[in-house]
Amino acid sequence: MKLTRRVFMGSGAAAATALAAPMAFAGGHGKPRVVVVGGGAGGATAARYIAKDSKGAVDVTLIEPSRMYYTCFFSNLYLGGIKAIDDLGHSYGNMAAGGVNVVHDWAVGVDRDAKTVTLAGGASVPYDKLILSPGIDFVEGAVAGWDLSSQNAMPHAYKGGSQTELLKAQIAAMPQGGTFAMVAPPNPYRCPPGPYERVSMVAHYLKANNPTAKIIVADPKPKFSKQGLFQEGWGKHYNGMIDWIGDDFGGGNVSVDPGAMTVTIDGEVSKVDVCNVIPAMKAGRIAELAGVTDGKFAPVNAIDMSTKADADVYILGDASQQGDMPKSGFSANSQAKVCANAVRGALTGSRVFPAKFSNTCWSLIDTNDGVKVGATYEATDEKIAKVDGFISATGETADVRKATYEESEGWYAGITADMFG
Amino acid sequence: MEDGSLQFNRETIFALAAFFFAGMAQASGAGDPALGAAVFKKCQSCHQVGDRAKNRVGPQLNDIIGRTAGELAGAKYSKSMIQAGQDGLVWTEETLDRFLESPKSLVAKTRMSYRGLKDPDDRANLIAYLRAFSKGSTSAQNVPETGQGAGIQLDPVVLATVGDAEYGEYLSSECLTCHQSSGSNDGIPGITAWPTEDFVIAMHAYKQKVREHPVMQMMAGRLSDEEIAALASYFNGLE
Ligand SMILES: Cc1cc2nc3c(=O)[nH]c(=O)nc-3n(C[C@H](O)[C@H](O)[C@H](O)COP(=O)(O)OP(=O)(O)OC[C@H]3O[C@@H](n4cnc5c(N)ncnc54)[C@H](O)[C@@H]3O)c2cc1C
Ligand code: HEC
Ligand code: HEC
Repeated sequence: MKLTRRVFMGSGAAAATALAAPMAFAGGHGKPRVVVVGGGAGGATAARYIAKDSKGAVDVTLIEPSRMYYTCFFSNLYLGGIKAIDDLGHSYGNMAAGGVNVVHDWAVGVDRDAKTVTLAGGASVPYDKLILSPGIDFVEGAVAGWDLSSQNAMPHAYKGGSQTELLKAQIAAMPQGGTFAMVAPPNPYRCPPGPYERVSMVAHYLKANNPTAKIIVADPKPKFSKQGLFQEGWGKHYNGMIDWIGDDFGGGNVSVDPGAMTVTIDGEVSKVDVCNVIPAMKAGRIAELAGVTDGKFAPVNAIDMSTKADADVYILGDASQQGDMPKSGFSANSQAKVCANAVRGALTGSRVFPAKFSNTCWSLIDTNDGVKVGATYEATDEKIAKVDGFISATGETADVRKATYEESEGWYAGITADMFG
Repeated sequence: MEDGSLQFNRETIFALAAFFFAGMAQASGAGDPALGAAVFKKCQSCHQVGDRAKNRVGPQLNDIIGRTAGELAGAKYSKSMIQAGQDGLVWTEETLDRFLESPKSLVAKTRMSYRGLKDPDDRANLIAYLRAFSKGSTSAQNVPETGQGAGIQLDPVVLATVGDAEYGEYLSSECLTCHQSSGSNDGIPGITAWPTEDFVIAMHAYKQKVREHPVMQMMAGRLSDEEIAALASYFNGLE
């Protein structure tokens, strides 16, 4: 998309005529109010950008139950022994200095007529614009034999923090020559290369600590993200350790028994030592409670991430159904910036610029063997549509792979600074 | 930052010493400056040599042989390059060879975002080319110089475009997922407080695919001239 001064003037004029409306917000209650639910990749970024860019003109409240956010990104590197758990934790300590009012509580309801959010503690928080970025929850009954009460026996480790630590402890406790099983999720799910980076990192750990152990992956998909790159790396670094059973070989026909610690793949029962079940996903529950979902996720308008259901309720990140972007921390962060610019414009009359999105997902296959895939996107009337992209090539030199890994470390430092200040 | 200079102090001094002995014979004087001129294209998006050479993203490279690292007035250096110079790093054919092979193994936290030149003949030819622009050389007149050209085609109008900093601020948010506003150089280079012209040249070098890098070619590829100018102007104001 090409931008000229004329487009600016156009949008400036539109903003000026829209100015009459925002005044209504300032009406009864002083400053316009934005409430953000969920302090993850999407929510923390949106809250910080609106507060920073509006320089106090907008009242921003972030509702998030946890005091520390543990990133899912890089959590596989923790499983591999390359990062420590403390490397993944980030506090909300700098948010207040950035002008964001942080409330540590759960949002349990949204009244879209009264424009209030109810908290578990009982309080009711009014908003002019509501941004929901609650991440994911799991679809009940997605894997036969598994439900949330089985998550201690068979962890998903697909939300950050304690689940990740549990999975790591179970892998460390595996008997020599034991079996690690993964039940991979169907599309769409957060972080398309995530399960396969996890397989790589578990293999990395086992190769050093339990070299005769085996890994089996039951996958309901016939193919997966960066498959060529992962399979090349598995052959090179972990030859013979990993057995990936795709849908063509019955990988989708799976059930588990958390009591007996067995996995049944296409009728064949295996006793395993660790079983990582990653069930099908849907939008975080609060999106459903707000009534903005349609099916599993919440459809949004690509131009500003407002929901199709309500122009004053926005959905970011994994919970949204937006089009071509993968569900990733990078995507959620990118969407948050477009949304922040639009919300601030709507509330204060500031300039609104065209939506631009991008994503890059790095994965680590073995020490210093990093790969990446990325793309840029734009807003169309129907969806967020892909513009251009790239992917690492198979057969790259060790230098290129090492530089790619170093970049991912730079990115991790960058995005967490961008989210939490 | 501290570990950057530490690394130079200890490990690299040893590495260099070892190199001096091992590499003496083949490192001196063997290259062909005419072939080196072609290799220099890889440096040209950041460095210039010759009569009209100026500091760009990287320092100009006239008289590089014999120069102390990180000491050229008016050039922008990383703390580690300055420290390396203070610790005694002088550019000789040997140290240049080592640096060009893998910049980060010699100066761990250098700002020079260049992976390195693996082929020893390319390095020898390139060094011979640079030697031609150094003191005591008589061969400069026989060698093509690069003067202004940054290795990319840029209309002067594009370079002169005045950026809209407010739009630049919005556009910059997309860059800050990777590049930190603090200017940190770890893993991903810092891009704050650059002279706007250098910034514009660097972005067009990616856009025109003169500079290799899949992420940056993609990011720059969809930016218009006005957008690049807007970003240059916004990042120039960040310190
Ligand atoms: C193993 C793994 C590896 C990954 N690797 C990468 C990677 O390398 N790169 C990448 O870009 N992405 C990666 N991801 C994906 C990334 O973690 C998610 O896409 C990203 O976190 C989504 O951001 P979000 O804002 O939608 O949700 P989240 O970041 O999950 O944030 C949601 C927040 O909302 C809060 N919340 C939920 N419900 C409520 C409520 N009712 N009230 C208040 N607060 C609530 C939660 O506590 C949470 O803090 C990975 C994910 C996994 C699992
Ligand atoms: C992407 C831009 C870029 C490229 C490409 C690049 N350089 Fe550099 N170079 C720099 C920067 C920036 C510095 C300053 C480094 C620092 O301060 O850490 C530098 C520093 C140097 C120095 C040290 C100068 C001094 O005054 O101490 C030399 C020598 C050098 N480069 C040579 C080269 C050669 C030869 C090439 C081509 C093979 C090259 N560079 C490619 C950006 C680049
Ligand atoms: C996905 C991560 C990522 C994003 C997003 C990104 N960059 Fe980069 N950028 C990099 C990496 C990695 C490099 C080093 C590339 C190389 O080695 O040439 C780089 C290099 C650069 C350089 C040259 C730095 C130097 O030292 O020579 C500039 C200038 C730059 N980027 C500007 C931008 C701008 C402007 C944006 C936003 C429009 C942006 N980048 C977005 C990762 C990113």
